[in-house]
Amino acid sequence: MSQARPGSAEIPIQITINGERRCVELQPWTTLLDLLRHDLALTGTKKGCDHGQCGACTVLIDGRRINSCLQLAVMQDGKAITTIEGIGQGSHLHPLQQAFIERDAFQCGYCTPGQICSGIALIEEGNAVTRDEIRELMSGNICRCGAYPNIVDAIQDVLVQRSGVIREAAE
Amino acid sequence: MNRFSYHRAETLADAISHLRSNPAAAIIAGGTNLVDLMKYEVERPGELVDLTRLDELRGISETPDGGMRIGALVPNSDVAYDERIAKLYPLLTHAVLAGATPQLRNAATTGGNLNQRTRCYYFNDVATPCNKREPGSGCGAIGGVNRIHAILGASDQCIATHPSDMCVALSALDATVEVAGPDGERRISFREYHRLPGDEPQRDNTLRQGEIVVAVTLAGEASYFAENYTYLKLRDRLSYAFALVSVAAALQLDGGRIAAARLALGGVSHMPWRKPDAENALVGMAAGEETFTRAADILLAGAQPHEHNAFKVDLARRAIVRALTQAAAATPQSLSDKRIA
Repeated sequence: MSQARPGSAEIPIQITINGERRCVELQPWTTLLDLLRHDLALTGTKKGCDHGQCGACTVLIDGRRINSCLQLAVMQDGKAITTIEGIGQGSHLHPLQQAFIERDAFQCGYCTPGQICSGIALIEEGNAVTRDEIRELMSGNICRCGAYPNIVDAIQDVLVQRSGVIREAAE
Repeated sequence: MNRFSYHRAETLADAISHLRSNPAAAIIAGGTNLVDLMKYEVERPGELVDLTRLDELRGISETPDGGMRIGALVPNSDVAYDERIAKLYPLLTHAVLAGATPQLRNAATTGGNLNQRTRCYYFNDVATPCNKREPGSGCGAIGGVNRIHAILGASDQCIATHPSDMCVALSALDATVEVAGPDGERRISFREYHRLPGDEPQRDNTLRQGEIVVAVTLAGEASYFAENYTYLKLRDRLSYAFALVSVAAALQLDGGRIAAARLALGGVSHMPWRKPDAENALVGMAAGEETFTRAADILLAGAQPHEHNAFKVDLARRAIVRALTQAAAATPQSLSDKRIA
């Protein structure tokens, strides 16, 4: 049982981040976003509004897209977190990262890690086919530069690639 | 955020006992509303009791009467994409998908949706008076900026609205809330769960000290509304915004006549707004605009708008007629194509 009184010792948790098991000790008021960015120096995940409104902090928790700014890190004990650093780097890019480059789906890039984590989850969830459906199910990610049409293009490209792969496999 | 202690509940009894022994304790599950309010210092709990490890609050199951039981910890997404719920209670599916974003729906729970606080600007701003946040301090919204506020059932102390979409559908479907507390378990009909502000606007619902929502159940007979329904949500932008007015409408048709009707409004009151008289006025009548307008007038009778929200009365009247038209035609409002047909 994990317990802490105000001002008392930090609470130990075990958490898997991008496939690596980590043991960290933290105060209960630390958000997952602050743990990632401040304590673990994984600054790919961005802090935008810090109130769950912009989606820049989106990460995958046990495969589900979640706003990390509204999650207390202490409650993530035993969970697996994937951040943009765990999705692809350098020459090893995820197809959606590649599609973002090809479709010019960003300008300043600040919202991009959250857009990509969210878009990957959208593709896995399998509930969006049309552009309208993609737009609706990406409504939790704000892009102040307004790259939305290109973001939808990039996600649609990967959805089409995926359905192509599924068709080939079925034939 | 204020400093607080953290307790991970191991059993439901353990959670209830912590809540009972510490009036400064709050329960946390999805965290999407509570953590946000803590960042604004609107909520300053001395202790957080984490419910997320309680397996007895998980899961969606079928009940003996052909209905469904949704555990308090079930995320909104799991409700929205449950095929059994979509078949029996598509009105609930539509309402859940009309709210928040995929990320929030993945975290936010069923119990938390019921217990979320108002999005009134003044409640969320500790620099302003608010009788709900700080009883006796006054109401910033009365005489202030009140475009999003209540037109029905408000009091001279509070004109806040309940922000949920899901609860509007649950009210229309006559759901039941299962709670557990120091005195054991009890079941609360959905219409008795939330309350009007009166002179105690700090109380959003009828939960007693130490009680926790365990599950929400839907009766098998509520599935008779699975053919003719709609959830019509009108808001300032087409996605990820709270309702200015929303309508959950569900009908049972016998030929062209209405055999049974359910009608609930969101965004207009401190709780989902229903009136048996409005629904009774539909029963036995031919489905059509004249009948629908009469029901709308009954449901909206006594509306008291404030300086900036008089538009809501007309908006609600037209939305009710539109929603009943959609329900009668079995053409529910599309979730992705936001044009109102």
